[in-house]
Amino acid sequence: MASNQMDINRLSERGIAELVDRQQESIGILSRAREAALKAALALLLIIAITFIALPVVALLLRSPLDTTFRSLYDPIVMDALRLSLMTTTVTTVIVVFMGTPIAYVSARFRYFGKELADSLIDLPVIMPPAVAGIALLMAFGRMGVLGRHLDAFGVSIAFTTLAVIMAQVFVSSPFYIRQARTSFEDVDLAFENAARTLGASRVYTFFHVILPIAINGLISGAIMAFARSLGEFGATIMFAGNFQGRTQTMPLAIYTAMQGDLDVSICIAIILVAISFVIIVLVKILTRRVYKNAGN
Amino acid sequence: MLEIDVKKRLRDFDLEVRMTVKEGEILMLVGDNGCGKTSLLNLVAGLQNPEEGRIALDKRPLFDSGLKISVAPEERNIGYVFQSYALFPHMSVYDNVAFGLRTRGLSRKAVDARVMEHLKAAGLWDIRKARAVEVSGGQRQRVALARALIIEPEILLLDEPLSALDVRKQAAMRKELRERIHACHVPSIIVTHDLRDVASIGDRACLLERGRIALTGRADEVMSWGGCLLDRDVEPAGGPCGGSFI
Repeated sequence: MASNQMDINRLSERGIAELVDRQQESIGILSRAREAALKAALALLLIIAITFIALPVVALLLRSPLDTTFRSLYDPIVMDALRLSLMTTTVTTVIVVFMGTPIAYVSARFRYFGKELADSLIDLPVIMPPAVAGIALLMAFGRMGVLGRHLDAFGVSIAFTTLAVIMAQVFVSSPFYIRQARTSFEDVDLAFENAARTLGASRVYTFFHVILPIAINGLISGAIMAFARSLGEFGATIMFAGNFQGRTQTMPLAIYTAMQGDLDVSICIAIILVAISFVIIVLVKILTRRVYKNAGN
Repeated sequence: MLEIDVKKRLRDFDLEVRMTVKEGEILMLVGDNGCGKTSLLNLVAGLQNPEEGRIALDKRPLFDSGLKISVAPEERNIGYVFQSYALFPHMSVYDNVAFGLRTRGLSRKAVDARVMEHLKAAGLWDIRKARAVEVSGGQRQRVALARALIIEPEILLLDEPLSALDVRKQAAMRKELRERIHACHVPSIIVTHDLRDVASIGDRACLLERGRIALTGRADEVMSWGGCLLDRDVEPAGGPCGGSFI
């Protein structure tokens, strides 16, 4: 009788254990299925996003055969736009770097009256629509503008000149450099600066021999971003500088103009811009990876 | 002799310190985190300025609020070893040590000779081309010390120079540190948390509490402070701690 009872107990224990095992197994299958579904959904989302970005670029290359693109390269509108764009964006980048580096350093290291306001104003062009930037520049430096009318009295006219193209590009691209440079300077440990000072270095010597070399990758990355933004600038340029071939017609403006006549020329310029953008992205990726490595050290 | 008599408002309390450090003496500064130890070193180095007071080296004022004198950090000729060592990450070990000589405009030949001498003395010659951030913790400490000593400083300040090392290396470095600092024969202040550092490196010790010197005494008396440091509230002034409460 007792042994029967023990057998019954053993059997019921085994039954419970099996039931628990089965339950755990079904929970495991459920969580694995949920994980797989999540991964599938994320993969699908990624594929949609990549397709959305890649398809227009591929369509550009498919629409225009390579020989047509090369032939269009010699079109005067393409050559003029390429030359003007490269010249203005280079000058713009140099101006932004020379003007923006001390501003970014001061903003990263010092507190002064009105700093918040100054920082907000510097960042403003990032969120300001380019067309608004263009009209604002026109109101300031145009022939009837706040400053422009006084310059006009001395025979200096800025609007609708190559200088206006550069000014529009500086206006919209400088925050991209200054923000990146400010972050790079903030990342330089103050102890390096202090150590240099106690070792006999003046503020200027410390800046050029310690701070700048440590922050340099971030600064180059910021300069590349400013270059890229200048190269793609359209709204502010067309409003403030107009659209004159060889004088103010940069590549984005030339795409817009050529589209109304010869689409092949338009596509040729677009492909050149895509190629430059691709090189820029690769450069920024390499540099930011180097920055990360330095920070890791 | 280094004379310090300063007052500076810190975030939570006033730092009010009056002390002297003799030529060749190593003063160990101990105290809790945030009690003002590093701030005091920064005041001496000129990286921060006191609200009022005077800091003088051999009667020559480095800072004097009354006379409105504040010598810039680069003109104080102070060897400062930072807690993080602050070795320039983009430079080699050699360039880090040579930095202070180059700022003084020494010729390349003179820089080479002196850097070689210091790197060999510190056992760093073989790693001179390595980037400063790529060497071990112990080597970094030696580089930081060599960089501070090569300029022949008139004052030495070391902020927790052994804290980044493991326990075994700390024990080995204490004797070496004491010998190298004593060889300079200048007033030296070392900030530490470790009473073993005080006993084996220092000549004299000060306990800083909320910006004020609470206890001072000979470094060899410091091990008896252990109980006092843990139980300061119940220890009577001038009690059996060996040092004198202020």
